[in-house]
Amino acid sequence: MTRYVRRFSRTERALHWANALGFFTLLGSGLVLYLPSLAVLVGRRPVVKDVHFWSGIGWIALLTLVALGGDRRGLLRTARELDSFDRDDARWLLGRHAPQGRFNAGQKLNAALTAAFTVLFLVSGLLLWLGERDTRFRFASTVLLHDGLMDAALVLLVGHLYLAVIHPATRHALRGITAGTVREDWARRHHANWKPE
Amino acid sequence: MSGSTEARPVIGGGAKIGRGVFLATTLGGLSSLWWGASVWSRISRAISPVESLVPLLPSGGWRIYTVSGSLPGFDPSTWRLELAGAVEQPAALDYRQLLALPKATQVSTFHCVTGWTVRNVAWGGVRIRDVLAQVRPHANVRALRFVSAEHPYDDYLTLEQASLPDVLLAYELDGRPLSRAHGAPLRLVIPDMYGYKNVKWLTRIELVPQERLGYWEQLGYDQDAWVGRSNGYRS
Repeated sequence: MTRYVRRFSRTERALHWANALGFFTLLGSGLVLYLPSLAVLVGRRPVVKDVHFWSGIGWIALLTLVALGGDRRGLLRTARELDSFDRDDARWLLGRHAPQGRFNAGQKLNAALTAAFTVLFLVSGLLLWLGERDTRFRFASTVLLHDGLMDAALVLLVGHLYLAVIHPATRHALRGITAGTVREDWARRHHANWKPE
Repeated sequence: MSGSTEARPVIGGGAKIGRGVFLATTLGGLSSLWWGASVWSRISRAISPVESLVPLLPSGGWRIYTVSGSLPGFDPSTWRLELAGAVEQPAALDYRQLLALPKATQVSTFHCVTGWTVRNVAWGGVRIRDVLAQVRPHANVRALRFVSAEHPYDDYLTLEQASLPDVLLAYELDGRPLSRAHGAPLRLVIPDMYGYKNVKWLTRIELVPQERLGYWEQLGYDQDAWVGRSNGYRS
């Protein structure tokens, strides 16, 4: 019989999917604002702008609500896990075989970058919004930062989706973030240093 | 440090690198608010020969900003450019009459007040004086009001600003008739001022005694939108 171990708590999964929901809503409405072909097709720019702005506010609010309303202590533990890199992580990043914990070093980097991008998206987005209303908030580079973030976030997203949905060796991880559990043998192979409770 | 592979891993026991990556990325990103535009302008200048062969940015770096529900359409058989205001006799040009006026071309840079720039834009169109020659203005005329088919967008230029040598009423962009997204069939081009002064979908030019506030200026943007020295920017 296949044995399963728990990889992600309910709070972790809720946070992940809240983030995904917000990201895709913002990506969709943002692309309509950004790509001329879509902008012409959809029109209604003022409405799309409002949708984009309030989706951004809703995204951050939802993340905050899930984090505060869920297992806060568990999330802090997860944050510590993501923060710390050991020698095996360094070896893994250099392309060598090295046993990994519940998160491999790539996932830790992805988490740190994604968290930073979230802050930068929020700040640059607010500056764009405020700058339209008050010149003191206007910087020549805000739009560049916001667009550049989208490009960088898309690169991360494509890699993330490839590993989570397509790549045969790793796509079992999708079960972890949906159902919460993964096969024990898979966990041992990919996350040998992780000792599930 | 519990680095060896044999040791039982301790959660959070390794080097605190994640927060470093987070902080460095966040601070790097925030600092780009000060250096981003100048670095990007150097990069985009460097890649502009490549960019003309392989478009790296969607639609050559243009974004299409509109203020209403949909983009105005263009029907060559019904479109008119009205010339009105303080004139002896209002006049109107249809599309064919417009194209029959002396054609002017120029290559100029387009700056948006939100920070993006498109270099080497090839415009074709007519000079304002050739259009204004169709009417006899009253002596008190000091400014022009440019009215867009996109209601309620309009903006003003003083006669002095409108007579800068590279101010154009453009009906061609990069050798092709102006597309709907770029303001078909006619838009104002004043390269020394930010894009919001470059009114798209022109249908009417009014000759008026003085400038008033245009659409974005009523929302707080500067009346004179000089690139690099207005709207909080200093070059």
